[in-house]
Formats: sequence, C-alpha cells, structure tokens
Amino acid sequence: MIHSLFLINQSGDIFLEKHWKSVIGRSVCDYFFEAKEKAVEPENVPPVLQTPHHYLITIFRGKLFFLSVIQTEVSPLFVIEFLHRIADTIQDYFGECSETVIKDNVVTVYELLEEMLDNGFPLATESNILKEMIKPPTILRSVVNTLTGGSNVGDMLPTGQLSNIPWRRAGVKYTNNEAYFDVIEEIDAIVDKSGTTVFAEIQGVIEACVRLSGMPDLTLSFMNPSLLDDVSFHPCVRFKRWEAERVLSFIPPDGNFTLMNYHVSSQNVVAIPVYVKQSINFFESGSCGRLDITIGPKQTMGKTVEGLMVTVHMPKAVLSVNLTPTQGSCTYDSATKVLVWDIGKLNPQKLPNLRGSLSMQSGAPKPEENPSLNIDLKIQQLAISGLKVSRLDMYGEKYKPFKGVKYVTKAGKFQVRS
Amino acid sequence: MSASSAFNDEKGGSSSVGEPEYGHDPASGGIFSSDYKRHDDLKEMLDSNKDSLKLEAMKRIVAMIARGKNASDLFPAVVKNVACKNIEVKKLVYVYLVRYAEEQQDLALLSISTFQRGLKDPNQLIRASALRVLSSIRVTIIVPIMMLAIKEAASDMSPYVRKTAAHAIPKLYSLDPEQKDQLIEVIEKLLADKTTLVAGSVVMAFEEVCPERIDLIHKNYRKLCNLLIDVEEWGQVVIINMLTRYARTQFLNPNINESLLEEGGSGEKTFYGSDDEEDEDEEEKEKKAETAAMAKRKPYVMDPDHRLLLRNTKPLLQSRNAAVVMAVAQLYFHLAPKAEVGVIAKALVRLLRSHSEVQYVVLQNVATMTIKRRGMFEPYLKSFYIRSTDPTQIKVLKLEVLTNLANETNISTILREFQTYIKSMDKDFVAATIQAIGRCATNIGEVRDTCLNGLVQLLSNRDELVVAESVVVIKKLLQMQPEKHSDIIKHMAKLTDNIQVPMARASILWLIGEYCEHVPKIAPDVLRKMAKSFTNEEDIVKLQIINLAAKLYLTNSKQTKLLTQYVLNLAKYDQNYDIRDRARFIRQLIVPTEKSGALSKYAKKLFLALKPAPVLESPFKDRDHFQLGSLSHLLNAKAGGYQELPDWPEAAPDPSVRNVEVPEWTKCSSREKRKEKKVEKPFYSDSEGESGPTESADSESDSGSGSESASGSEVSASGSESEESEEGSESEEEEQKDKKKTKKELKKPVQESESEQSSEEEERKHARKSKISKSESESESDEEDESESESSESESEDSESEAEVKKKKKAAESKPPCKPVKKENKKEKKEISLLDLDDFDPTPSPQVTPVNSFLSSSLVTDLEGLSLSDSVLAPATMAPSSALKSYELLHRITGEGLQVEFCFSRQPFSPDANMVAVQMHFTNNASADAKSLHMEDVKLQSGMRVREFPEIELLPAGETATAVMGIDFCDSTQAANFQLCTQTRKFFVSIQPPVGELMRPVFLTENEFKKEQGQLMGMNEITEKLTLDATCRNEHTIVQRVTAAANLSRVPCGSDKECRFAGRTVTSGSLVLVTVVTREEGAAQLTVNCEKMVIGTMLVKDILLALTQ
Repeated sequence: MIHSLFLINQSGDIFLEKHWKSVIGRSVCDYFFEAKEKAVEPENVPPVLQTPHHYLITIFRGKLFFLSVIQTEVSPLFVIEFLHRIADTIQDYFGECSETVIKDNVVTVYELLEEMLDNGFPLATESNILKEMIKPPTILRSVVNTLTGGSNVGDMLPTGQLSNIPWRRAGVKYTNNEAYFDVIEEIDAIVDKSGTTVFAEIQGVIEACVRLSGMPDLTLSFMNPSLLDDVSFHPCVRFKRWEAERVLSFIPPDGNFTLMNYHVSSQNVVAIPVYVKQSINFFESGSCGRLDITIGPKQTMGKTVEGLMVTVHMPKAVLSVNLTPTQGSCTYDSATKVLVWDIGKLNPQKLPNLRGSLSMQSGAPKPEENPSLNIDLKIQQLAISGLKVSRLDMYGEKYKPFKGVKYVTKAGKFQVRS
Repeated sequence: MSASSAFNDEKGGSSSVGEPEYGHDPASGGIFSSDYKRHDDLKEMLDSNKDSLKLEAMKRIVAMIARGKNASDLFPAVVKNVACKNIEVKKLVYVYLVRYAEEQQDLALLSISTFQRGLKDPNQLIRASALRVLSSIRVTIIVPIMMLAIKEAASDMSPYVRKTAAHAIPKLYSLDPEQKDQLIEVIEKLLADKTTLVAGSVVMAFEEVCPERIDLIHKNYRKLCNLLIDVEEWGQVVIINMLTRYARTQFLNPNINESLLEEGGSGEKTFYGSDDEEDEDEEEKEKKAETAAMAKRKPYVMDPDHRLLLRNTKPLLQSRNAAVVMAVAQLYFHLAPKAEVGVIAKALVRLLRSHSEVQYVVLQNVATMTIKRRGMFEPYLKSFYIRSTDPTQIKVLKLEVLTNLANETNISTILREFQTYIKSMDKDFVAATIQAIGRCATNIGEVRDTCLNGLVQLLSNRDELVVAESVVVIKKLLQMQPEKHSDIIKHMAKLTDNIQVPMARASILWLIGEYCEHVPKIAPDVLRKMAKSFTNEEDIVKLQIINLAAKLYLTNSKQTKLLTQYVLNLAKYDQNYDIRDRARFIRQLIVPTEKSGALSKYAKKLFLALKPAPVLESPFKDRDHFQLGSLSHLLNAKAGGYQELPDWPEAAPDPSVRNVEVPEWTKCSSREKRKEKKVEKPFYSDSEGESGPTESADSESDSGSGSESASGSEVSASGSESEESEEGSESEEEEQKDKKKTKKELKKPVQESESEQSSEEEERKHARKSKISKSESESESDEEDESESESSESESEDSESEAEVKKKKKAAESKPPCKPVKKENKKEKKEISLLDLDDFDPTPSPQVTPVNSFLSSSLVTDLEGLSLSDSVLAPATMAPSSALKSYELLHRITGEGLQVEFCFSRQPFSPDANMVAVQMHFTNNASADAKSLHMEDVKLQSGMRVREFPEIELLPAGETATAVMGIDFCDSTQAANFQLCTQTRKFFVSIQPPVGELMRPVFLTENEFKKEQGQLMGMNEITEKLTLDATCRNEHTIVQRVTAAANLSRVPCGSDKECRFAGRTVTSGSLVLVTVVTREEGAAQLTVNCEKMVIGTMLVKDILLALTQ
C-alpha cells in the first residue's frame, strides 16, 4: 500500500527516506515541492497529490512533512492515519517529533519504520509492542550501552504481537502501581460581534496514565454517562459493555494513552466561561486604528480562569502596534502579523484590558474585516459539561493501586468574531 | 567465485587503514563522501570479531540508507553477517539486505540458506521473521523457494507465522505474477483461518492478488463479519472495504422500493428508525419489520447476511481510527437502507476535530454524501461553520458542504454566516463564498432576490477578485431569467459610474449588451458614457465597449449608429492591436458594404445567439459512483488498481453459498444466548489469542468436522437466521475445544519464551474453572453481572486476596443445607467475581470437570432443598397439574408400536435444580416386549445438559411406564436431541420446550413485585394490547390460561382488574413478571417484564395466544 516514505523539512530538504518495496527516486517529491510552492502556507498543501505514475499523500506535523508514495488505490485516510501514527510513535519515543530528534536517532527511527510496515501494510503500530522490540532511548540506557556495547533492540522476542491484546505488553512490573486519568474538556465556540454564541460544543478526552503490574482489568464508571453523546474508544475498551452498561471496561495499555474521546450532547447548553468586549477600528484616513479589548468572567462555575491568552491575526496592513495591557504581556510579531496577549489568571475584581493604537501601512486600503480573536484559557478542577467519574475498579490483580482523576477545562477552537 | 575473491581483496585493502572511527556519530553527514577509505573502515569493522564494532558499522550503514545515500558497495561485507548471533546486528543486516538485494542478486543468494534454516526454527517469531525477510528479497531466482516457504507457513501452527505468510503473498505476486494461481490456493486456505490475527492480512492479500475472485469469500463471509470487531484496526479497514464490494454483488438493493416504503406509512419507517438507536434488539425489530413487510406484501426482505454485516460494522463507528470510521461510513452509505444511513453522520462529524488532513478527506466525502442524503447532515449544520484559522482548502470544502445543506428552512442562517465569510481576509475563500451564494440562489428560489441584492452590493467591494467573482456569479444568475431582473441590470448600469475595477466594468458591459433588449432605454446611454471615456478605459473594458456597440447597432441601429461608428473609429487607432483587430473585424461584419460577404447577414445570429445559461452545480455531483473513502473518489479519477463498486444485482444470487457446513438446529434458537456471547466475545478472543501459540490449524478443522457430525438427523427449519445462530454456537464450541486442547498441551514442555504467558493462562483457567463450577451449581448465574457491579461498589476499595476467597468458598461448601446458605453463597459469589479477569458467559458451560463435580453436586442438593421449601411456602401457587399438556415424542407408527409422550411436570427436578423435569410416558402397543429402553447420543446446544432417565429394563406388550428426565435448556427454547433406544431399535427424537416451561414459579408479595417490576423497565418490558376472548373475561379463566401457558405463580393483588404472575427462569433465575390488566369489553393489556428479552418476547406471544383463543 505505502510504497515509500520521505521526511521533508519546511525548507524542502529530504532528510530521511524509507522504501518498503523497490526504491523510488527522490525526484517524485518534485511534484510535491511544486504544490508546496503554490500553496504558500504549509497547511494549504493538498494532502493528496496526483503525479503521472504515483500518488503522494502528505501530512504536515511538527513543522515536518511526512510524504508517502502510493502506487495503487488505497483509502487515503488509511495512509493519513498511519502517517500520524508514525509521528505519534516518534513523539512517544523521543518526547518530540522534530527534525533534530529524528536526525539524532535516525537508526532507531529507521528500525521503527521497518517494524511498523511490512510490504507497505501496517504490521505493528501499538507503541507497547514496538517498545518491546525497540527500546526507547533513555539517558541511563545510552550510558550503559556505550559502556557495555549493548543495544537498544530488545533481545527478547516480542510476544505482544501474538496476543489478542496487542496493545499491552506482557510481564509489566511496577513497585508503585498507579492509574491516573485526566478528563480534559475543550470548548469549541464561535461568538459573534454582539456576544451571542453562534455555535458552541464541548469535546472531551480522557487521557490515561496507567502504570499497573500484570494484567489489570479496569472498569471506569461515570456518575452521568448520559451526557456523552458521541464517543470513540481506544481499541482496548469493550464496546458491548459500554453499550449495555455505560461503563468503560478495559485491559489498559501500559503507560500513557488516550482512553476515549467524547462529544457532549448538543442539547445541553454550553457554558461559556468568559465574555469579551472588544472594539477594533481602522480609520479610513491617517492609516491607523484603535484597539480596545476587555475580558470578564461569565460562567466559570466558581472556579478561577487561568492561562488566559488572546491571539489575533491582524490584517496584513498592520505594521506595528502600540498597546498597553493592564495585566499580562502583549507581543506583536510584525512578520506573521500575530498579536498575542498573554493575560494569565483572570481576576474578576479587576478585569484585564488591552488598549492602544495600531499603525498601518500608509496608503493601504482600510481592511474590510476586523480580525477575530482566538481565546485560550484553562480552568483546573472542572469539567465544564459536568461529567464526573464515579469510580474506578480493578479486577484481575491483587494489589491496591493508587488512583486519581483530574479535570481540566480548556478553550478549544474558541473564536470571537469582531 | 567472484564474490569470495572480492572479499579477500577488500580485506587486504582495508587492513592498511588503521583504526576505525567508531565513535563517529552515525547521523553526521561527513561519512559518506566519495572517500572509499571510509567505506573500508566499515568493511573492517564488519569483519571484526567484536559485535560492538559490527553494530557500530551497521548503524552507520543504515544511517546512510536512511538518508538515501548509496551503500551498495558494502554488500559482500554486510551479507556475511547475516548469521550473526547479535540480534540487533542481525536486524540491521536484514534491513540492508532487503534494501539492496534487488541490485545484487547473485550475492543475495548467499544469504538464502540462513533464512531457509530460520523457517524451520522451533520459535515462531524466528520463523516469521525469516519468512518476512525472505519474501522481501526481490530476487526472481528464489521465487520457487518463496512459494514453498509461503505454502508451508500458511499451514504453520502459529497464527503469527500464518499472518506473515499472508503478508508475503502480495510480495511474491508483485515479483512474479505468474504464480497467481498457486497463490490463490494459499489465499483460499488462509481465508478459512479463524484467528483475528490472520484475517486482516489475508484479505489484504486477496485484494492485491485476486480481488475478482469474490467466490472465495462466500464461505468465509459470516466468519469475517463476526471476527471483524476483534481484528486490528488496519485489517478492519481492508475487510470492510472488501465486504462492501462483496455485498454489492450478493444482496439486493435495500432502497429498491424506497417509494413504496414511503407510501407504507410511518409504521414501517419507525422500525428502521429505531433500529439505529438500539441495535440491542435489532434482530427482534428486524423480524418484526420483516413480518410487517410481508403483511404489506412488500417484495423486499433484507438478507440476514446483509443485516449481519450492517450490525457488526456499526460499533466500529466508535473506533479511534479515522480510517475505520470512514470505512464503516462508506459501507453504510453504499449498503444500508436509506433510513439507517443517518447513524454515520455523527461519527463523521466527530472526525472533523481531527488533524486537518483527516478533515480534508472527510469533508470531501461528506460533500459527496450531502448531495444524495442531505437530511443526514442537516442537524450538524453548525459543525461545518468556518473559523478564520482553518486552512483555505478546509474552508472551501466546508463551504461546499454548507451549500449542499442549504434548504428553505436554514438558508437564512446560512446566508448570515456567508455574510461573515465575505469579509474574510482570505480572498480565495471569499471568492468561493460568492460562488456558494450563487449556488444557493439558483437552488432555492425564495432567496434568489436576496442573494442577488447582496451580490450587487459586493460589486462595490474594493477587492478586484471579489467584484469579478460577484459579477461573474450575477451574470450567471441573470442568464437564467433575464426578463425578471431588468432592474438589476439597470442597477448595474448605474454602477459603471462608480466601479473602477476593470473586470467588473467589462462584465457589466457584457451583461448590458447581451440583454440590451430588456433595457432598451438605458443601453444606448451606457454606450454614450462609455464612448466618452473610451480612451481612458482598460483594454478588457474597451473590448467589451466594442462588443456592446456592435450588439446595440444590430438591435437599435437608429439610436446608436453614430455612437458605434465613433467607438469603432476610436478603436481603429488604439495602441493595442487586439482592439484594432476587433474593431476592424466588427466593422466588416455589422456595417453592410458591397464588399462584405454573406457573413454580415448572419451578424445578428452571431452576436445575439442565445447563450446557454451556465449550470451552477456542485463539483461533487455524481462523485458517488466511486466507492466513498477511496483515493479515486478523492481525485475524481480512477486510480490504478481501483475496483469498481458493482451495481446491485437484479435478483439476489443464491444465498446458500454462504452456508458453512455446520450442525443445523431448529429455528427457535436462543437469540438471547447469542447476544450474550457477543458481549463476551472479546474476552474469549483474548484468551484465544493467548492460547494462540499452541493452537493449530488441525485442531480447528477437527472441531469443525466434529460439530458437523453432530448435526445428525436434526430436523431443521430452513432459513438463514437459524444458521446465523449456529455459527455463533459453533464457534463457541470450538473455542472450548481449543481451550481444552491448550490445556492439554500446556502439560507438555513449552518453549521458553511462552512459558511465562502460558502459566498465566493456566492460572486464569483455574479461576475460570472454579467459577464455572460455581455458577453451574448456583441457579442465579445470570445475576452475576449485576452482583459484580454491586460488589464492586461495595468492596472494590479493598480487594481481597485470592487465598481468602478460597477459604470462604470452602466454608460455604461445608455449610449444611438451610436457607441462609443461599444468601451466603450469593455473597461468596460476589467476591469470587472479583478474581476474574473476564466476566464470562453467564450461561453455564458444559465443561464439567471431574475434579469439582462432587462440589457442585453437594451444592445442588443444598439448592434442591431450597427450592422445595420455596414451593412449600406457596403451595397454592403451584400450577394445577391437570392443566399439563402432553406432547408426542414418538408416534406409535414410527416407533413400531412403541409410543412415547412427554409433558413438563412442573415439579422441581430433584437431582438438579437447574433442570426442567420432563415426564415421559411410554406405552408399548406392539405385540412383543420392549427391552432396555434408554437414551443415547444426546446432541445439545452448548451449555445445555441432560440427566437421562433410568433405563427401563422391560416394558411388556400393552403395558405403560413413566420415567422422568431432566434437561437444562439454558433458558432457551432450543431442542434437546437424542436417540431413544430399545434393545433392537434407535429412534431420533427431540424435545423442544415451550418458553413457559423454562421457568418455575416464585412467590412474591405485591410490594416486592412492584419493586422488581420497577427495575425491569425499558427494554426489559414488553407490552401488548389485546382483546380477550368472550369466554375468558373473568379473572379465574385468565389465571387458568396464563398458568397453563407458563409455569408461573400468581401474585396477590389489590385490584380485581389486574392479575399478576411471577416466576424465575430455571437456569439463570432471571425474574419473569407478567401482568394482565383488564378493561371494559374484553380489552386488556399484557405486560411482561423480564431481563431476558428474548424469553420475554416469546412469552408474550404464547400468553397472547392462550388468552385470545
């Protein structure tokens, strides 16, 4: 299916290539470079390109392009999903997915790619199995390896591949057995000029960090599962149990993983934690403009709003800004035309305000549209939908694990139009 | 050999180069210069004895390969290390070999023997890896070796090796397509494999090698459907795509009589509609829908296999993998009845939260879907709203979807959104929005004027692109019905004073010229103004002025003759030669002179021909002839290797081709049980997977044939529904066999690498075994789930140690039979369940191991006592024995004089409380004595058990005898089949219980009844309205008829309008509550509450029959 893979950095250098069938020359990437040139912005490069003999499917991730070469019909999502899985694996192994990291660990990455695909068809993509075969580098291990000449390839044969619980490796042992779950909810909203909500919904994700010995069988139940409208699960979750009892029953992978994603039913009115009062004006004459933004708490459920940040993509004509915030700091990148106001904690007594003038390129026409504001925020200890985990039970192992659930609400794609 | 001499040379050369630099960072770029000495370093390192040196060299070489540098000259040095002991070196050598073998075929052959040896290794992982590398070496000479290796691996014991074999098939095929026929044989063999590990890979091989051989799928279709949920995610995508194509060739179009269905009224629709929401009792509904369809003489009935596919793929919409979700979505789009397709919308909308590449693909597909099935996505309209931060390509696609979704009701909201978009800074996006507005205007008549006005306003936009796009769109809109919009044309004429954008001016002039007949007064005036400013206009505007002049001259020469000449004269001396040419050409054409030829006669036709209105339609129209989700669909062009999605067949091909030869049981299979099995499935397969290493293909086929013989002489009702169920049970049987097998093999010495795992497996087995015996001995195993969750609430914090539990268990066993025991037991059970990894099939399994049989029997007696005392407590509630109905087991004639009848005595069966007592009544009508009457060869569905009646040694002619046997029907109405033997003859007989006999009465007070009923609401409650027979309108008859139909006891009740009955199912002890409420004139309502829905529905049917006849 996937014939070859090229990793390309933003400036267009191919720094890694892997072929699963016969070798395809680098020149095939020229079609991609052409499209990249045309698209200007890297995220505007079409993910699927057709060339006379091949198809190129590309993802853009961590400032890198993962370009795969396809020769015959295949589901494009299959390839895209797989390329993201490669990026995820690299991130999982080395902490980040960047050019430097890949270049530093080129052999390990190459070995990983070798194991993940066989003849272009995915073979082992679960990080638990891969880690059994190719040990991720740690400082300790690299020191030991240089001293002893050892390697980071597992000398045990991986047994995970043989089991039907491929996501969990066998023989896990911990002295501290712990299971932590983070319920993270994101508010996606579009608020219009007048402050009315055009569209709002809550998307949630449960990230788990499970370090339990043996083969624990966990059951996570909710106080109010009826809130969940649409869900998707890690393959370990027993779907039928969920259908019947609305509990999550699963044998977890070892380590960090995403247990489930959910969407809160749209019947519930979404609480919008902050309001924004803004006026951005560009004057027809004098090539300048005024900006005045105030943010205040709206429905915060009695919690503090933290990490408040406003990002504005200014029109091209805005050369510089002269703004004074009452709280936090404000920066303007004149190259990317992005204004960032990092506020921090929202104090309901003293509302943060940003005010000042914008200077424009002289002679440029007045921008048609006012830029919209992207809001970032974080509320600890709160799941804005009201979702609550009622309990976590463990079967199959005798020890008593530490358990913990944490709730966080964040702004997802939260946009205020102006 | 040239190769070996090459080795020597190189060795000699390298020895002169000093110390190798192995501290060198393999990733640094410097090492690959064309400097051969560097490579000599590497060669020397490879030849050294130290693994660490070799490893370092290999790492550097692989780094070179990764960066696309040529390392082929190292081939001889590397290939020598193929048999290296160090696993990492070996792995890297494999990597190198696979990369360069094609270029160095002769040398590559040196390594083959290593792999051939590896193929025989006792360790499955080594076998698999040898096959993987061997098949990846693209050297044509070894094709026969590969073929042999694949064939051998395809029947390997280990499913993992078989999976590798499946992967190797397409590799060999691409190397040598001539091998196709042989490879198809291997594929056919592997398709029959029953493990989830192999399924995805072999279907992938099938798709690459022989996608046209759809006939290979028939026999494996149901198995693939059932395995699907446990296959790894990538395999799922491939299987689902393949099954979509398969279903298109084998089943009928479910929407074939869409129009008929719509006439059929809402009743039918709701059946399908509710199907989507609760697939729990989909089958029930489906059956109802089927009967409803029959009743209305609808010709279309969905093939149960078709339904199976839809049902088994639906849970995968919840997958985390976008490709799986998309695959299911396209399957539903292409295969499901119209009313059911809606379920996919939610899942697809969810994918819009994913990476932008995923969004891009999903939106493309949604765009196609919205054209055909708009209603599906309408509720999610707002999810397609555009954010200023979306990449342009996503914005444009969302716009496409929004446009497709627009209708009379939502158009105002959509237009309001569009208004915001028009102000965007992203001009490509604005242009797309304007086009979208134009499309909305053409599609929805009501808003055409609003849109037009809005677009006209845009004409004053500063951005040229926006104006140009608006004019173009307005032009298109006006072209559709110009007569209505002369005022807009007039308005546009006025705009010429203000608008400076040349493109817009040009477009306006074209419009006025084209429709000058609609604006006869203004047109000449516009021309006048234009003539005035002609010299200052841009070229495109000048050209359009000439056009306008020409058109006006032709229609209204009186007023414009002079103007036209003036314009043409100006143009004649223009700097631009295009304009000069145009002026000359037009003058010749329209101004008649002697010289002008025949053409000028047709000038009017040339200029004012009716131009066809442009069609504003979605670029996604008709894209759905490509299979959705495919690359071809995305590109809207056939990609290489694309398999057309076939059209539905006119008539369905023979469905029996999918039948697998398995025992056939009667139609009244227990659906309930299958459901439960489904629930349990992942668990089984978990354990199945672990037992994998020891499981062999042989054992599978063994068990297959075993169950085949089990089919015996069973009288089976035809119909694939029953077959479907058989598969389920069959697979369970196999699983159990597998397990036994595994257990046996575990006693043999196992390979090192697996020992750990298997001991774990054994442990688990232990736990399970004890559990099974436990649940068997207890009558309430079905409550297990419930109790488990209860227990988890109460005790999960302090998990108990196994030993403790065991102790308690023993204590429980030794307790004397008295009532408290039951409670105690219950409590024990809860704790035990904590031990279990899996929650198991609540129906007791037939695996009774001798070890704990004494244990269970002692508990049985305990329980027996309990159930007796129950009936003592409520003697009045027992059903009158006179009402017992007897059934014929063996007819006098077939039995050659021996006649056997049986009835359900409704007495507790003393040896085993979980069994239903069946009283057999033998009559010997023959002239000779019958000797040694006994049972043999009992064939049961899994989980069922029988206690045979004691042998009747002699039944003299003319005499009668009775005997009692016990059958545990496992709360299903499946028949128990056995042979009734006399000394000389054997008769095949079967006992099938009416559902009413699967329960025993319990005594409840009114309050208890109400409380229990309150807990069995929703899906567990079935209500039917009925009209009582004239003879059956008093309380007494109702009670009599209900108790005759089902073994229930009456529950006291305050109202005389209401009769209540209660019972528990014999095997699982699930409560069965029946309420009959009578109203005026024989109207009545029957309510059955039972946890087991299938029992409930069947019971409703039986009681209805009893009350209405």
